[in-house]
Amino acid sequence: MTILEDRPSNPAAGDHDRPIGHGRMQRKEDPRFVRGKGHYVDDIVLPGMLHGAILRAPVAHARLVSIDTTEALAHPKVLAVITGSDLQALGLAWAPTLSMDVQAVLVTDKVRFQGQEVAFVVAEDRYAARDALELIQVEYDVLAPVVDARKAMDPDAPVIRDDLEGRTDNHIFDWEAGNKAETDAVFASADVVVKQEIVYPRVHPAPMETCGAVADFDPIEGRLTLYETTQAPHAHRTLFAIVSGIPEHKIRVVSPDIGGGFGNKVGIYPGYILAVVGSIVTGKPVKWVEDRSENLMSTSFARDYIMQGEIAATKDGKILALRTSVLADHGAFNATAQPTKYPAGFFHIFTGSYDLAAAHCTVTGVYTNKAPGGVAYACSFRVTEAVYLVERMVDILARKLEMDPAELRLKNFIKKEQFPYPNKTGWEYDSGDYEPTMRLSMKMAGYDELRREQKEKRERGELMGIGISFFTETVGAGPRKDMDILGLGMADGAELRIHPTGKAVVRISVQSQGQGHETTFAQIVAEEIGIPPEDIDVVHGDTDQTPFGLGTYGSRSTPVSGAAVALVARKVREKARFIAAAMLETRPEDLEWEKGRWFVKGDPSVGKTMAEIAMGAHGTVALPEGIDGNLDAEVTYDPPNLTFPFGAYICVVDVDPGTGHVKVRRFIAVDDCGTRINPMIIEGQIHGGLTDGVGMALMEIIEFDAEGNCLGGSFMDYLIPTAMEVPDWETGFTVTPSPHHPIGAKGVGESATVGSPPAVVNAVVDALAPFGVVHMDMPCTPARVWEAMQGRTRPPV
Amino acid sequence: MQISMTINGTEVTREIEPRVLLVHFIRDDLRLTGTHWGCDTTNCGTCVVLMDGQPVKSCTVLAAMADGHTITTVEGLANGATLDPVQQGFMEEHGLQCGFCTPGMMLTARALLDHNPHPEPLEIREAISGQICRCTGYATIVRSIQWAAAHPAGATAETTEDEVHA
Repeated sequence: MTILEDRPSNPAAGDHDRPIGHGRMQRKEDPRFVRGKGHYVDDIVLPGMLHGAILRAPVAHARLVSIDTTEALAHPKVLAVITGSDLQALGLAWAPTLSMDVQAVLVTDKVRFQGQEVAFVVAEDRYAARDALELIQVEYDVLAPVVDARKAMDPDAPVIRDDLEGRTDNHIFDWEAGNKAETDAVFASADVVVKQEIVYPRVHPAPMETCGAVADFDPIEGRLTLYETTQAPHAHRTLFAIVSGIPEHKIRVVSPDIGGGFGNKVGIYPGYILAVVGSIVTGKPVKWVEDRSENLMSTSFARDYIMQGEIAATKDGKILALRTSVLADHGAFNATAQPTKYPAGFFHIFTGSYDLAAAHCTVTGVYTNKAPGGVAYACSFRVTEAVYLVERMVDILARKLEMDPAELRLKNFIKKEQFPYPNKTGWEYDSGDYEPTMRLSMKMAGYDELRREQKEKRERGELMGIGISFFTETVGAGPRKDMDILGLGMADGAELRIHPTGKAVVRISVQSQGQGHETTFAQIVAEEIGIPPEDIDVVHGDTDQTPFGLGTYGSRSTPVSGAAVALVARKVREKARFIAAAMLETRPEDLEWEKGRWFVKGDPSVGKTMAEIAMGAHGTVALPEGIDGNLDAEVTYDPPNLTFPFGAYICVVDVDPGTGHVKVRRFIAVDDCGTRINPMIIEGQIHGGLTDGVGMALMEIIEFDAEGNCLGGSFMDYLIPTAMEVPDWETGFTVTPSPHHPIGAKGVGESATVGSPPAVVNAVVDALAPFGVVHMDMPCTPARVWEAMQGRTRPPV
Repeated sequence: MQISMTINGTEVTREIEPRVLLVHFIRDDLRLTGTHWGCDTTNCGTCVVLMDGQPVKSCTVLAAMADGHTITTVEGLANGATLDPVQQGFMEEHGLQCGFCTPGMMLTARALLDHNPHPEPLEIREAISGQICRCTGYATIVRSIQWAAAHPAGATAETTEDEVHA
């Protein structure tokens, strides 16, 4: 394996900033991917396998009058057609969501969003399955839909969830954080108060691989093997046991290579359940893979927050307080994946990176006739919305005070000595040192020079904008005392075995969707026990082969599973000390560790390497009392707190005054994710997130028309940045280790998705300042920007 | 109907339904699953293969239209155990994460370098602009293709040695 030098992307970084575990090294998973030998769900072919396809509702809200499957069943290649009433008979028509709601697997009573699952065909091949969908006759009695979340609570609004007993409106929850009275008092006496409605529209993760499953039920053994596109195989196994009644020890969930997830593959979709039912009914394996329109129209979306933001400050720019009320559109079923106590996720991190006197937020969730979801798209449990709100509000305040937005931020940062910092909504920020990160981003950008250039351009009538965002995330959910999903604590397990020849296998409960776990987790073990990463195999994505844990989302793999891996390696290292002592006929306390080897204090020539100790453990050496004959260990890690990565982003845009087209000219991102493992992988995670952010800021939106028709149901309509719409990213870093994480690492997977949209929008609004624009909602499409230039900004929903 | 084509240097002849898409023919009939499928609308490019050396989106080509033509898929990029410089470049420069768009990106890169051995970054971006990557943000893909352009014979033992850091 080629191990490359760490690139000096930050010349200011000292030795203590060096990455761990060999630093920048090529990924262990790449050789199979570049040869086309990745193994994704749709690549799986089992003997006798059949293909499923889903008939979906063409309307958003309608009573189901009748379904006639006669013709479809007569198709020579069709083996089964399953409807809602079939599932009802099996008790499978409804499944629990991750938010204690229920979701229809197939419609029994009423269609609640366009694209909802109505029937499932199982046929010999994928073309025949699709053909048969056309042969199913369905009669609908169309009802008025609720499309606008603002009208969902109107007294005359149609009640969407009349399946829920006693339900008379579309209200889901009210939730609040912070102290209202205290906050209102600060606002009442503040010099300056600025208000703004800020809409974060509905977007979609749209991983390149859509969702799919291959279900293989063995009726003799009563055993289900389910190959699935899932980011959380263990949680899915437990849920499938609950839903299906198949005992959990008879269920094996395999998540093979996953073609991108971004939260889209956390939830349990009706298609997965239908593949299982199809396999049980036909006695053969059944594959179901959705098409792109199904993915965009029916699976987990993200955002859809309408936020009323208010910020209070002194006239010289000391920020005092923030408050907001949020209307959250959760679609037809509440299917977000949030920890139980937090129906709005971690939105209460909306206090951002600033030292406030008070803060208060309320969030109200409502049902609408739209697809369910809400976890998705690198959402960090609603941190994305929170950061967007605070970073837009700070910019709007800067405009009001006629202050430079960088200066306003620098003036109000939480100071290094204030950490660990208890914020006003209940978080304890574990660590931070914001000013150097901000200063580095400004230096890399040439901030003062950019402002000079902008001034000159404005005089010439050219529209150039500079946008800043400084984000603080809260990732790595989470401590079991506070956080669970459907009663499952948010812990992760790790098992490490050192084979007799000194090669190792580490088994983890999280599941990569491209993050490179096979490499970074080997690097963590390598750092701790000194075996080179190429000698450490990382096993993941198979519930029969890995310990229990909640999976990969919300940037939790490194904070939680990475900690488990570091600790299990330390456990093995400590056990190795006892075995080495037995081998060297000395006392454990007389041994000293250097990477890869225990040696006798004062005599480094006498020692045992991990490979020698592994052989000794499995060999004939007399072992001390209580030490069994292997070099294995396992742990389950319950994080004491979340980790709080942060970063400073600067975006430079040019806006075409004739067309409103926004060109992102430069983007500077300085991230602090604590101790770094593989800088190449970190940089890749950040680049991807920045591209997500540019997409959301400039082009991505799932819109609906007045009838509830989804207007973003294909890649012709749901636009995603190509290589032409994004710049060559400029990245830098600072290192502020997490004090409670075993190796000081924090999550990084979502930092850029969270941090970049406000930087882009702030830049666009800055460019439009000559037109008096103080805010415009995403997406900043040419048409919307042009309208803003004409003084007609409008919310996207 | 019966069709014949050369895939990765091997002549294949099969009976197919006339409506079968080339992507499904490659994946389902020939079991070459390195070619992926990601949308229904010719937008994403995960299905790109080379037809007579030119990138085509195989979801928008009927298998019947490939009759008599030469197709290269990702499985045909390497020469035995020796990777194409493009494949090496993607590993060297982290041009992939989830790996789903990667085969299509690499084939487009191969076609670009065959016609333009020293492309400018903007030319690379234009070449891959019909394809979507959701993970990388493209900059590392551009670097990967630049790496391949700079190493037309791939990584020699010597250059690899230079870059080794224990």
